[in-house]
Amino acid sequence: MSSHHESILREPLVTGQNITYAKVTHDILVPVENKPNKAWWIGFTIAALGALLWVVAVSYTFWFGIGTWGLNKTVGWAWDITGFVWWVGIGHAGTLISAVLLLFRQNWRNSINRSAEAMTIFAVICAATYIVSHMGRPWLAYWALPLPNQFGSLWVNFNSPLVWDVFAISTYFSVSLVFWYTGLLPDIATIRDRATGLRRRIYSVLSFGWNGSVKSWQRFEIVSLILAGISTPLVLSVHTIVSMDFATSVIPGWHTTIFPPYFVAGAIFSGFAMVQTLLLIARKVLGFENYITMFHIESMNKIIILTGSIVGVAYLTELFIAWYSGAEYEQYAFLNRVSGPYWWAYWSMMLCNVITPQLFWFKKLRTSIAASWILSIVVNIGMWFERFVIIVTSLHRDYLPSSWVMFYPSVIDVCIFIGSIGVFFTLFLLFLRVLPAIAMAEVKLLLKSSSDQAKQKLIREDAVPKEQAAYYQESLNKFDSISHESEYAKS
Amino acid sequence: MSNTKYILGHFEDPDDLMHGIDKLHENNVSIYDVFTPMPIHGIEDKLGIKRSRLPKVAFLFGITGTITAFSMLYFMLVIDWPMNIGGKPAFAFPDFIPVMFELTVLFCAFGMVGTFFYATHLFPGRAPRVMDLRATNDRFVIAIDAKENPYPTKIDDILKDAGAVEIKHNERKYVSYE
Repeated sequence: MSSHHESILREPLVTGQNITYAKVTHDILVPVENKPNKAWWIGFTIAALGALLWVVAVSYTFWFGIGTWGLNKTVGWAWDITGFVWWVGIGHAGTLISAVLLLFRQNWRNSINRSAEAMTIFAVICAATYIVSHMGRPWLAYWALPLPNQFGSLWVNFNSPLVWDVFAISTYFSVSLVFWYTGLLPDIATIRDRATGLRRRIYSVLSFGWNGSVKSWQRFEIVSLILAGISTPLVLSVHTIVSMDFATSVIPGWHTTIFPPYFVAGAIFSGFAMVQTLLLIARKVLGFENYITMFHIESMNKIIILTGSIVGVAYLTELFIAWYSGAEYEQYAFLNRVSGPYWWAYWSMMLCNVITPQLFWFKKLRTSIAASWILSIVVNIGMWFERFVIIVTSLHRDYLPSSWVMFYPSVIDVCIFIGSIGVFFTLFLLFLRVLPAIAMAEVKLLLKSSSDQAKQKLIREDAVPKEQAAYYQESLNKFDSISHESEYAKS
Repeated sequence: MSNTKYILGHFEDPDDLMHGIDKLHENNVSIYDVFTPMPIHGIEDKLGIKRSRLPKVAFLFGITGTITAFSMLYFMLVIDWPMNIGGKPAFAFPDFIPVMFELTVLFCAFGMVGTFFYATHLFPGRAPRVMDLRATNDRFVIAIDAKENPYPTKIDDILKDAGAVEIKHNERKYVSYE
């Protein structure tokens, strides 16, 4: 298949001239094989301070209990579950890129899957820490598992979505980790074979002895395909079950059948936004412009418009169904969301998730790095508000008006949230330093069929129709990694 | 003759490599193995490598997970400690499905990857059996057992004609032990 040529009309997935297999290896391993630059150290220092804040805040919570949070009798879930759902949602893009796009043979996934999967794993770690710290008595976390015990054995209640969630999140985390690490083996072997001394020994252990023989590649491909096949329903099931934590309750505003698809779309939406936030910076700082091209950025922005619009339709459907149901508690829950004391949270959510992503219909914004980056942050803020709105506004005015309250986060709540972002970035920055951020073997697969140089060669050889070649050249205009001087000279 | 154990033909391009395999086959030279930095589609058929049985393994592990989950849930909720929830039946099958699904995926993934590592002899700390260090970087390497095919000059010519950029005569099988 290496000699397979794809249509000239398709935009290139690798740009740059004189890209050889050796150059791919060299370019991608620059951050791994060299000392980190100043930008990395600054980022790492800030992230590590955030992680330290997290350690302090979580330790404080463990010591004094969850009374240190802003929770009260009416609002028993707030920033903790908001943070949990937010992080799990962010994780979903990694699996979507690595599994769903593999099944659909979307080759553009090859250069972003590795870092997106790493992001998934770190986001799920952050989510899991929220689960453990919101338990109040985290040393009894094992009570969530069906272990024989001295109470009879009194098993866990498998009719509860919270127990399903324990199984879903732990399966999701461990399967994602296995998928990610199996994919890393060939690339770790590449680092090993270029290194010397202690580095070589370390990467040798990590590479599991990978040697790239025909049989190991054959099995590797089958394992990747089947893992993608089982990860696809898995990722959908995870956020479905997360949404059932709410949907199977009888709280107005939570008890809706629309939740599973709506949560899954929201998860993919926020996940792609986080991938953009990370990769737009990483491609610049690490010099990956030739591998993560404008085509990748634009494709991700298109997915953001699609999923953002699905989320928007879900919001409107919720409002309509609340009115149409004729149930006054349901109607009040939504009236309260839109115009109650938390109106600003609701309208921030609407603005950030539904309205601003529609700006990506303009090609100019969709292909602008600055606009993509800013909007990706806006989406992440919006998705945080979505979870806050669903959780807090549904709870804070319950059935008994005398117990209506407002929720105010404590300092510890805020510190845990900021700290979890620090933990995430610390892990991600360490990942960029020790492992290749782009799957080298998979990018090498694209070199002969989907790279700009291969396509330009076809055009020079007159192997493709003239008008198609012109169309292709025109599509390159948006690429920031291709210099257009020669193009201008021609016209 | 010489102490050459293996002859390695280096190619820079996967298509040249495939051509090289064809040429060697035409001349009845047996190929020990091929090492590449990326998967090459169609190479298994050319080298007569059988289909992997890993999909079957994956299915069997998956179904084991399903059965394990169902048995566990049935034992715990129906046999050992049935709960009276509003008089509804203890055997509430729809509630079993999420955990059955998750354990199917979990068993399938770990079972299949474990089998893959076992069959391919991959485990942390295994000494890498690498015949050429560039085979994980930018070279597509055909390894030929020199004892089975004792005509090195002919092999060199075939490889060179097929487009090999470098030919090595190694006296040791694995360079990575050095």
